[in-house]
Amino acid sequence: MIDVNDPNFWPQLWELMLVATGETLYMVGVALIFTVLLGLPLGIAVVGTERGGLFERVLGSRRLSAVINWVLNFIVNLGRSVPFVILMVALIPVTRFLVGTSIGATAAIVPLSLVAIPFFARMVEIAIKEVDAGLIEAAHSLGATRWQIVSKVLVPEALAPMVLGLSTTVTSIINFSAMVGVVAGGGLGSVAIRWGYQRYSVIHMIIVIIIIFIIVMVLQWLATWGARRLTHRSGDTGKRKRMFESVAGG
Amino acid sequence: MPPSSHQEALPPVITVSHVSKTFGSGDAAVTALDDVSLQVAPGEIFGVVGQSGAGKSTLIRTVNLLERPDTGSVIVDGQELTTLSDSALRRARQHIGMVFQHFNLLESRTAQGNVELALELAGTDSRDRKRRASEILDLVGLGAKAGSFPSQLSGGQKQRVGIARALAAEPRVLLSDEATSALDPETTRSILELFKTINEQLGLTVMLITHEMDVVKGICDSAALLEHGRVVETGGLVELISTPGSRLAADLFPLGDATPAPGTTVIDITFSGGSADRPVIAQLARDHSLDVSILGAVIESIGGSQAGRTRLELPGTPAQNAAAVDDLRDQGLLVEVHSADAAGGVS
Ligand SMILES: Nc1ncnc2c1ncn2[C@@H]1O[C@H](COP(=O)(O)OP(=O)(O)OP(=O)(O)O)[C@@H](O)[C@H]1O
Ligand SMILES: [Mg+2]
Repeated sequence: MIDVNDPNFWPQLWELMLVATGETLYMVGVALIFTVLLGLPLGIAVVGTERGGLFERVLGSRRLSAVINWVLNFIVNLGRSVPFVILMVALIPVTRFLVGTSIGATAAIVPLSLVAIPFFARMVEIAIKEVDAGLIEAAHSLGATRWQIVSKVLVPEALAPMVLGLSTTVTSIINFSAMVGVVAGGGLGSVAIRWGYQRYSVIHMIIVIIIIFIIVMVLQWLATWGARRLTHRSGDTGKRKRMFESVAGG
Repeated sequence: MPPSSHQEALPPVITVSHVSKTFGSGDAAVTALDDVSLQVAPGEIFGVVGQSGAGKSTLIRTVNLLERPDTGSVIVDGQELTTLSDSALRRARQHIGMVFQHFNLLESRTAQGNVELALELAGTDSRDRKRRASEILDLVGLGAKAGSFPSQLSGGQKQRVGIARALAAEPRVLLSDEATSALDPETTRSILELFKTINEQLGLTVMLITHEMDVVKGICDSAALLEHGRVVETGGLVELISTPGSRLAADLFPLGDATPAPGTTVIDITFSGGSADRPVIAQLARDHSLDVSILGAVIESIGGSQAGRTRLELPGTPAQNAAAVDDLRDQGLLVEVHSADAAGGVS
């Protein structure tokens, strides 16, 4: 079935890989956009609604803030603790409702975003909590509003660790995207299953692994480079990176 | 120029009246401020001193309402802060600069960017922001470092950025909570000089907290001593020094504790204004034929005039020295008489 000497073998293989890589980048990229758009505010909201936080009195009510904080934490923990395969299957009706189908790369974006949002929100939460309370106080003394404190102090000051957190998040989205490929089709994961597993093609397997490895390396390198550029503190980036990796691993 | 004699006529820039603040509740309650009242006159540098935990930080934080007092009122520049709406309070804060012990600069912004932050928050448009930030960085002597990030600056330079940021929106009042405590003596001196300069050049009223008497002695016009959340003493420095038994004065001008011989009289003379220039002690020795020993002496220049205290030991009992003491008092000097007891202590 697999005939390496077939003149069509290599051209077909490359075309297959090109399409699959494109699909993977598409679902990971779009999921990443949703992850940042929703995970960032979610992380900020979790920190803000804590006792002593910027939004400890939503609409003037400490109790309302506490309730919101509890609900958000619950969502984040739930999202992080349900195994991805189960989440993916459980989300099939939701995916079908949102996308119209539960098969293919576009459909994969739904479970990928939903698993990555709480993951990234936790990273944001950690990064924001690292910001020195003195800076918030200084901003208050300069007459800043709460939103100005978020946009001009918390986010810029936490940007470097958030970028590192994002790189860890992308890595796990890529990881999960392969799993989606297995179940729903699309991307490099599905190539690995269809060719590597079902047709015993070692070549397909190796090339898929190499491509994924390269994508992950490039992204990590970009993130580390970006975080270093954003960090104006000395010798901090390495420490933070390790911190995020230990969080991501645990 | 130090505040002139007509300062009394102007209303105070800061008036804190009957302010109390308790943290926590029940058994864990800590009364940080207990019915505190004080006034800071326009153009003066006002120092707040006291032991750790006395409530100094809490007090200065009530002046821009970073800490909201439980009771009492805070009036800054004629505006009662405790009743302001959130947005009015934010506007008021833009005219009350604050400098912090640990600088509290954004690491992600340059010196220039940190100063511009204050202007962004005050709603200054972008062209004016740049110009004003450079101007103010020049004023604090950091024009050359405008493009540096805080991590590239020394402690003293960081504090200059902190001061520039506090001054950017042209406040009338500058608050400083231990601004020099994280700095070495040399740098401390230069930052204090900067405070003095902006106080004089911009006519800014400064309220600062410190635990170093040298800071008060060096630049303050007035001071308050805080103890367990209460103001124990407050007033102009010259006035405090001429107050018998003033603890601030004793702390500012410690006379040491050389032991007097038993059976002698110990007197503390407080000098202020012109009396410090006269040869008081020589005259005393001559006119009363006394063998005067000097146990301790401090003469300092405060607000441009000499002030100080001297502790003298005179032979004989207080009764025997009454005439000499009267003579000193007649010259307008403030004299406190102690008799050395047998143990050599001073009572
Ligand atoms: N946010 C807070 N919550 C609870 N207790 C507080 C708080 N802030 C201050 N206190 C307490 O209030 C008292 C006064 O504190 P404050 O920080 O004003 O003292 P301080 O004179 O500035 O001391 P230091 O010289 O050590 O800075 C202390 O007992 C402190 O523990
Ligand atoms: Mg303090």
